[in-house]
Amino acid sequence: MPIWIYILASVIKSAIVLGVLLTAVAYTVWLERKVVGHMQNRWGPTRVGPFGLLQPAADGLKFLFKEDLTPPHVYKPLYIAAPMIAVVFALTSIAVIPFGNSITIAGYTIPLQITTDVNTGLLLILGVTSIGIYGVALAGWSSNNKYSLLGGLRASAQMVSYEVSLGLSLVGVLILTGSFSLNDIVAAQGGHFWGFIPRYNIFLQPVGFFCYLMAAYAETNRIPFDLPEAETELVAGYHTEYSAMKFAMFFMAEYANMITVACLATLLFFGGWHGPIFGPEILQALLPVFWFVAKVFVFLFVYIWVRGTLPRFRYDQLMAFGWKFLLPLSLVNLIATAIAVAW
Amino acid sequence: MSVHLILFLAFGAVAVAGAINLLAQTHPINSALSLIAVMAALAGEYLLLGAEFVAAVQVIVYAGAIMVLFVFVIMLLNAGVEERTKGSRVAILFGVPGMLLGSLLVTWVVLRYSGTEAVPAGALPGAPRTIGTLLFHEFLLPFEITSILILVAIMGAVVLASKPPTVAPGAPIRRVD
Amino acid sequence: MVPLSYYLVLSGVLFACGVTGFLIKRNIITIFMSIELMLNGVNLSFVAFAAHWHALAGQVFVFFVMVVAAAESAVGLAIIIAVFRSRETLNVDQVNLLKL
Repeated sequence: MPIWIYILASVIKSAIVLGVLLTAVAYTVWLERKVVGHMQNRWGPTRVGPFGLLQPAADGLKFLFKEDLTPPHVYKPLYIAAPMIAVVFALTSIAVIPFGNSITIAGYTIPLQITTDVNTGLLLILGVTSIGIYGVALAGWSSNNKYSLLGGLRASAQMVSYEVSLGLSLVGVLILTGSFSLNDIVAAQGGHFWGFIPRYNIFLQPVGFFCYLMAAYAETNRIPFDLPEAETELVAGYHTEYSAMKFAMFFMAEYANMITVACLATLLFFGGWHGPIFGPEILQALLPVFWFVAKVFVFLFVYIWVRGTLPRFRYDQLMAFGWKFLLPLSLVNLIATAIAVAW
Repeated sequence: MSVHLILFLAFGAVAVAGAINLLAQTHPINSALSLIAVMAALAGEYLLLGAEFVAAVQVIVYAGAIMVLFVFVIMLLNAGVEERTKGSRVAILFGVPGMLLGSLLVTWVVLRYSGTEAVPAGALPGAPRTIGTLLFHEFLLPFEITSILILVAIMGAVVLASKPPTVAPGAPIRRVD
Repeated sequence: MVPLSYYLVLSGVLFACGVTGFLIKRNIITIFMSIELMLNGVNLSFVAFAAHWHALAGQVFVFFVMVVAAAESAVGLAIIIAVFRSRETLNVDQVNLLKL
């Protein structure tokens, strides 16, 4: 493949993925408001556009035109840098996620992934998300506000604690596949058990999936683990002092992280883009991407569903759950998987 | 100048700038952030050498876990700007020329007495599989010993950082026989 | 193609910066960070030598260094918290009494 085609394909893919991702972030917010509204016997946004569909656009305009207030006594360099760190690392991790098999256009095979197949794709995602903690921690510290500081402290302690379980819960899948490459992990999930049950890792690793889901919810600071921004105790936690676009950046980072988590869950446990393929050639090329997006959507819906259902943990319960229940459980799962594979 | 050399120099410049900034800053949180920059730049150098797994672990463990702990402690203790004392002035007086001298000495010795064998980009691919095989066969005993070290460190950290039992003022101190 | 000596020079410079920070800094946390900087400098030379001698053991050593660094930072930061709790200062010049 000539280098200019490679570069052109990369630029086009980056633009499409970034556009889709940002739109998805905006519409996940809309979906969340709508679904939680209906769960609580309300309507959610209805005024802007049909079904409130233009609400994200209105919110975006509002964020742009609000006054960007910087409170006195904040530590300015980090106060400005923190939301950027959060949003940049949240958006970066999407780069290694494959959305489908490679497609062939005019004789050139183009992988449906911004980077090519990276040997250590999963580790890259883990590394990037672990750096994203700094956005939250520094925001809490630089705001010079006790509620923000408490939120930042809670966030960093919680994320460091649950990262252990998150990593260990993925090792089961890695043992089954024997590769860090996300493409290999998805490829290993093709085919069926006994001809009808798809060979997804969820059937082999139900406990690992449970641990992953819990740890990932904690990593993304979502209910029931949203202690860093618990509004009943900490006003708004680490982003108490933020307004306008800087606040929107934290919001975008949170929802982009949710989407990354949903993508990873799909790739690792639910077979990625595998699904029934039928119809004419153009449909056969597009169906894998459709299945991938559909599965990601289901995970986002579960996120919102959980938010509408569960109350928030207390902080000591959160830490006890992470260290005394989730970590031993993922360790047991890891050992059981290792023994089963070695058998 | 090859792309490899340019990348090496760019990452190296970031690393050295971060290290010097660590020394120059007076607030610990700025020092911590410059150290994170050094670690990220070193991860880039590892990638240039082909050690992809080491680079990933460098980012996850060093930048993502150890430095988060540092930032956490800085936030927890509300560490302020460093005070300049007489001792620190003397240390700067001797330390900074000492660093320059030491760096020059190292540079001179290494450049003078080593051959100029070049290391090609990605010279030794450290794929996770090969590293793991090595770790669990040849280095199994050190590996197990480090796990004991980690266990001891965990328990030590818990014991050291937990609050000492508070004695009510005026209460008689119990002797342990 | 980058000569091995360049990597060693970079590693040496980082190590020298770490030593200097250890000597001139007065904040106990920054001193601790200087130690991490020294370890990082050493790690770079390990990986460079591994590439030079085509021995993966060099990269495995880096993992052991990282494990030791992690254990050290956990215990060290716990000690810092304990020191701060009893002395209410992070300045090493003021932590000069064996007994309060």
